Amino acid sequence: MLLLGGALVLGGCQAPTFGAFRGSTAQGKDEFKLWVGMVITGLVVAVIVWGLIFWTIVRYRRRHSDQIPRQFHSNPILEVIYTMIPVLIVGVIFYFTVVTENEIDAVSTHPTEIVHVLAYRWGWQFTYDSGNGKSQGVTIRTAAEPTLLAQPATSDHYPQLVLPSNSTVRIVLDSADVVHGFYVPAFNFSRYAQPGVTNVFDFTTTSNGVFNGQCTQYCGLYHSEMLFSVRVESPSSFSNWMSAQQASQAQAGATS
Amino acid sequence: MTVLAERPPAVGRPEEPEHEHGPTGLLKWITSTDHKVIGMSYMITSLVFFCLAGIMAVIMRTQLTSPDNTIVSQHAFNELFTMHGSLMLYLFAGPFAFGGLANYIVPLQVGAPDMAFPRLNALSYWLYLMGGVTMVSGFLTVGGAADFGWVAYAPLSNAINSPGSGSDMWIVALLLTGFSAIFTGVNIVATVFYLRAPGMTMFRVPIFTWNMVVTGILILIAFPVLTAALILLWCDRHIGSHIYSVAGGGVPVLWQNLFWFFGHPEVYILALPYFGMVTEVLPVFSRKPVFGYRGMIFATISIGALSTAVWAHHMFTTGVVLLPFFSLMSYLIAVPTGIKFFNWIGTMWRGSISFTTPMLFAIGFLVVFLFGGVTGIFLASPPVDFATHDTYFVVAHFHEVLFGSAVFGGFAGLYYWYPKMTGRMVRESLGKASFWFMFVGFWVTFMPQYLLGLHGMPRRIAEYPSTYGWTGLNRISTVGAYLLFISVAIILVNFYVSWRRPVPATANPWDAHTLEWAASSPPVHHNFTWLPPVRSERPVWDFNHPDHLSVDHHQEHGRRELVGAGVAAGGAPPSGEDWPDGSDS
Repeated sequence: MLLLGGALVLGGCQAPTFGAFRGSTAQGKDEFKLWVGMVITGLVVAVIVWGLIFWTIVRYRRRHSDQIPRQFHSNPILEVIYTMIPVLIVGVIFYFTVVTENEIDAVSTHPTEIVHVLAYRWGWQFTYDSGNGKSQGVTIRTAAEPTLLAQPATSDHYPQLVLPSNSTVRIVLDSADVVHGFYVPAFNFSRYAQPGVTNVFDFTTTSNGVFNGQCTQYCGLYHSEMLFSVRVESPSSFSNWMSAQQASQAQAGATS
Repeated sequence: MTVLAERPPAVGRPEEPEHEHGPTGLLKWITSTDHKVIGMSYMITSLVFFCLAGIMAVIMRTQLTSPDNTIVSQHAFNELFTMHGSLMLYLFAGPFAFGGLANYIVPLQVGAPDMAFPRLNALSYWLYLMGGVTMVSGFLTVGGAADFGWVAYAPLSNAINSPGSGSDMWIVALLLTGFSAIFTGVNIVATVFYLRAPGMTMFRVPIFTWNMVVTGILILIAFPVLTAALILLWCDRHIGSHIYSVAGGGVPVLWQNLFWFFGHPEVYILALPYFGMVTEVLPVFSRKPVFGYRGMIFATISIGALSTAVWAHHMFTTGVVLLPFFSLMSYLIAVPTGIKFFNWIGTMWRGSISFTTPMLFAIGFLVVFLFGGVTGIFLASPPVDFATHDTYFVVAHFHEVLFGSAVFGGFAGLYYWYPKMTGRMVRESLGKASFWFMFVGFWVTFMPQYLLGLHGMPRRIAEYPSTYGWTGLNRISTVGAYLLFISVAIILVNFYVSWRRPVPATANPWDAHTLEWAASSPPVHHNFTWLPPVRSERPVWDFNHPDHLSVDHHQEHGRRELVGAGVAAGGAPPSGEDWPDGSDS
């Protein structure tokens, strides 16, 4: 059982998803492997214990109303064994957890792009700052005031974070007011945006695509409206987009 | 059978015990310091809050049947989930267990005439009632009830982001119910430590009462921290302190630390009593002693101890906690919980299992809690938590564990002790119907929520985009919520029927094991007119079945063993005591 779980942790790519996203970043893929291993281990344990419960209640159902079974009350050897089994399972899971979380939390010293994400009630602001001046100052922000919309995250009401694919992007996450949750389900990742705490983490993008994002930590009246999306595109498309943004934002700055 | 440990007969006939000339009717309910009356008051009050919070849940589930429903406004939805959580956690699950059932049952199980501090006990109830009324009255204020979630994260809960007296009433309500819980914790611990009947050593105390002792200690650890945190929050809101605000040099994340230092022990304050109820029900309806009685107690103590060192697993995504430590501590809770599971199965193993309503709810608890526990293991892993934090996956997980324990376990306990507390039986047919509605409704409600969470649906949202494919799963979940609503309605009908057309209950209708079943149903004032000798953790069974005492599993000849006789701690052998009849194989 443990070996099975362990094997699937290592070779999880071919496994079923159990409802989860496979992960569209290197970090998200690492999380997915751990997830699959844990779900299989958990389901095996659950099925065994459920099986024991059902077998017991069927096999030992009362057949005569005056039936009084043997009154045994303990079995120390058995009790030690079933104490040790969870300890072993937990030990193995903990090992893979630590390995995975170190991979996910690792921060590159030379990210391709640095994006400052500011969460506020009720929207997002993405400010690009690569450090080499190329993309500095480009800011994407929620356009509309929040109302009841029920629109997908890709609608024009919400800001879009554009990232180059196959690159390591550093996110510097802050909050302007209350605690928010920066969550991209397809990246299998969320992190709180908190006043007084600056969180830094990396996304190592892999595949192109548009992914939904949303605030997960309840932040007041229009929490349901705090959506954004992430578009991952090839580095060349990304630089074209960046140049266009720089030009338009410079023009807007000059005219105002 | 000699009656060595029998108490001197009480004054007067058993049917007319001393002191029973207090007020009756409403005046009795208001003035009583009897633990049974206070326990009943607690249970009735907490069930009212349970029904209120359940109705709120049904409204929220109805709102979510379509992506952009406007059954309730965004603001009203925020109030609803805040109050649903607050009522269920602060005013139902805890008070029902340690204010209600424990108040009623613990003195009986240890053979005491009342709680150690009867007047303090009454004060606890009135503080709790006033706190509950204060919290719910928030709906009557201009700005509505509190709407910052039941966790009230700073700085959302400060005066700028959450102005209005509804929020203040929420804080005051929690202060009142917090003191109520602390006083009850003191009372339970003192009662068990000082008022046990002759012969009732700590290792003969029934598991339910043991769990209440650990719960009481956890209350004493956790609730003062919440109280302090709330007072600081009040100061931030009203006298200009900046404990939780960055602007004045404060630390918002301090609130999360303080809150969850209370909040995680609180989870076990809510769960352990219900584990105890299930541990009373399973042996009785299997006609066997608890398997691994001492292992069970050590597992409970371990859970209690570990629960004080796992709070930051609610804060993995804050980025400011030590992930491996809190992850490991959280995983380790699986070990004592696993022991409990195997002990519960061992209790039923080779037993004679009858499927009465309390037993069905207890087995239902095992089945549903197992799944909630397994998904809890997933969430103890920081990477998995990153992927699912604050989504419906978490909502489904904690509803499975809390609903599993507080509702399945709670109704197992309530159905089990109902004859003792009221002197009436409930209808088995209605009881079984309520179980099956609840069991099916439970899976239909919460399994889709796991998938919704994995598909990225955050919790606490009143609307969602129609293109995300979340609508179908939300509708299934809502159908499940309606099934749960029907189940609770059947339970209330069942109680109503037993009230209007009573079927009298005998003192021990279940052939149960523990001392409360030696008292009449309902017990007289000051509880007991006689006590059986206490020679194991199930004195009433020993008294009724002298030929079927506990035997050691490895003894070929079925030697009678006195479980824990005269043993203070550790594995020392029984101190050579014999049964009163002197026979030993």
